[in-house]
Amino acid sequence: MSNQLCALSEVKLGQKALVESFTDYEISLKLLEMGCIPGETVEVIRVAPLGDPIAIAVSGYMLSLRKDEASSIRVRTSF
Amino acid sequence: MERRIKIALVGNPNSGKSTVFNELTGLHQKIANFPGVTVEQHTGKCTIKGDDGSIVQAEIIDLPGTYSLYPKSPEEELPFRLLCNPDHAMHPDLVIVVADGTNLKRNLFLSSQVIDLNIPVILAINMMDMVRSSGAEINFKELEKRMGARVVPMTARKGEGLKELKAAIAEVDRPAGKQHLDSRSMAPQVVDAIRKNLHVNSDYNAFLVANNLHLIETGEMSDEHRTAILDLTKHNAFDAQQLQARETLERYKLISNYLQECVREKTRPIQQSYSYKIDSLLTHRIWGYVIFLAVLFIIFQSIFTWASLPMELIDEGFNWLNSKVQSTLPPGILNDLLVGGVLAGINGIVVFIPQIALLFFFIAILEDTGYMSRVSFLMDRLMRGFGLNGKSLIPLMSGVACAVPALLSTRTIRNRKERMITLMVTPLMSCSARLPVYTLLVALVIPGDRLAGFSLQGIVMMLLYLIGFIAALGAAWVMKNLLKSTERSYYVMELPMYRLPRWKTIGLHIIEKVRIFLFDAGKIILAISIILWMLSSFGPGDSFQRIEQKYANAAIQKNIPVEAFEHDIQSEKLEQSYAGHLGHIIEPVIRPIGYDWKIGIALITSFAAREVFVGTMSTIYSVGDQRAAQRTLKEKLMAERNPITGGPRYTLAVGLSLLLFYAFAMQCMSTLATVYRETKHIKYPLIQLFYMSGLAYLSGLIAYQLLKP
Repeated sequence: MSNQLCALSEVKLGQKALVESFTDYEISLKLLEMGCIPGETVEVIRVAPLGDPIAIAVSGYMLSLRKDEASSIRVRTSF
Repeated sequence: MERRIKIALVGNPNSGKSTVFNELTGLHQKIANFPGVTVEQHTGKCTIKGDDGSIVQAEIIDLPGTYSLYPKSPEEELPFRLLCNPDHAMHPDLVIVVADGTNLKRNLFLSSQVIDLNIPVILAINMMDMVRSSGAEINFKELEKRMGARVVPMTARKGEGLKELKAAIAEVDRPAGKQHLDSRSMAPQVVDAIRKNLHVNSDYNAFLVANNLHLIETGEMSDEHRTAILDLTKHNAFDAQQLQARETLERYKLISNYLQECVREKTRPIQQSYSYKIDSLLTHRIWGYVIFLAVLFIIFQSIFTWASLPMELIDEGFNWLNSKVQSTLPPGILNDLLVGGVLAGINGIVVFIPQIALLFFFIAILEDTGYMSRVSFLMDRLMRGFGLNGKSLIPLMSGVACAVPALLSTRTIRNRKERMITLMVTPLMSCSARLPVYTLLVALVIPGDRLAGFSLQGIVMMLLYLIGFIAALGAAWVMKNLLKSTERSYYVMELPMYRLPRWKTIGLHIIEKVRIFLFDAGKIILAISIILWMLSSFGPGDSFQRIEQKYANAAIQKNIPVEAFEHDIQSEKLEQSYAGHLGHIIEPVIRPIGYDWKIGIALITSFAAREVFVGTMSTIYSVGDQRAAQRTLKEKLMAERNPITGGPRYTLAVGLSLLLFYAFAMQCMSTLATVYRETKHIKYPLIQLFYMSGLAYLSGLIAYQLLKP
């Protein structure tokens, strides 16, 4: 099984991933306080009809964020 | 012994904080299941009697929901300002942190921050019914020990745990002294300097102040101190963002450890939750939009159809009252003032209560259930194209009820440009004050036919609301291209679990809103009605006497009783009255859009508040009308003739021109005042006044010129 790093925005619907790091400081601060922290498992559970924003399951609740915000989250898939 | 204390309620959005507030104070406010609807700070009082005869008088403030003490949007600044400044007038003696028990990790994060401020804290773990049904178990004794604060489990919406919370309020009077995080070690020099120079409660308090220096106002800190602290932060390489990230990570690590000791959870995938299943339909790529449009359609249809019977009853009741007054009191000026001024004015206010109540009822349900945040999720991509944010949809939708609270709810939008644009375009949404105007005019010029089983008038009403929305998007798009901004746009938002609406709260909310309309708007409408009656019942100099003289002479000449000329006398008097003169002055400007001087009077009076239009029309058309009491305003307007064409005055062209004018014109003093307060610049309300009024005139002009016979 491959173990690869990518941006959360590339993770497909229904796929799980492990948060590794952030590439954007400003947005990371907001995501961190919402419980989206490195080591946490996230799962893409919904994509808005127009492809953007997406909704993820994190820390036991549903969080919606835009694709470009998701692209600042580096995640590890197939762990 | 009596003790007076100040309590602040703090918590994540959707933690049920406002429900706790309502249960404690019995003073009701709007509570909505969307991040940050509690924008106006509601305060209330609560008296707690102890078993030992002691009494605690608590003044409670409900702070906007927030995820941390670092403000990320204008509305999140308030918790920081209040809690981090011990000299603030509303700095609390006790904080109740309301935490959602089904999401303890994120909720305890904020709780631990508040506890580190060294203020007395009660931790209310809410929604215990849902915790229990999920099969989770919380060891409250252990949690209390770990958190260092009194813990009260509750289910606020069922009133469970309320007694225990009140008892805790009476008992907790000092901070537990617990420090979760050693924030001093992250920036010792800066924290020490602030503790020395500024009144703060704890190391963490000082740390937060250093991190948000730009939010500390001049009155709270001298320039010397500010410069000194700024120098220190520079000297010590105090990187606010990096330290905030570090604090957040360490805090979450702590909380995770606590939770392992205190909570046994059965983790269930979100996909099994009922909210996820409902979302499969409500955010579906086709059904999501179909349902959203259907919801809007049903709302407007019901407003129009359900409200019509009570409205007719109110109108008939007033007609009966009018004829009673007219026949009981001796004829004369008092009789005229009561029927033509006072009663006509009150009728014009009361008749719209059914529709306004229904509108607020539907908006409250959409917010309270959590559906509104799904609507932003569906619409964000679209809204972004217009320089707006998915979150802009909440102000826009609430703007259908009233622009003033809607403008306040823009505070959840973090990006300044998006927030400004939302502020500028929200008043284009058709608010409930336009409803009376629409109702009257639609009933007047649109036939009462049915189209595929739906009321044609209802469909036109919905189109009017749609036009307002489209105009708002168009204006937003123009402003998006005019305004410059380098600031990032920002969305990240929780999708809360769906909940059943809290009927009691919604009911009280409607009563509150109707009362505001009845008394606040009603006062203005009534006052203007009476002034208007005076302006239209009297004229300058002896003009009225001359008219009477003229017709008296004519009557003698033609040898018929002067009463035969009554209608001509009255309409000539109105034209020669003060109001008539005013109307004539602006007539040249409004003639191209199809209005005469009578409508001109209504335009002038509705400048301050558009709902005055109907009252004005009913006063103008009651003055001197002998059959005034027996005819409704609609009947009077239908009978009105255009002296030039000889046909009806209110043709489709005039009606549509008026409808469009009222849809777009900025005719609300309160809105302008609120925009000024929110933007802190006179430029914005002025631009708003001119662009909206220009749009109104232009669209009225186009409609009238295209449609006029």
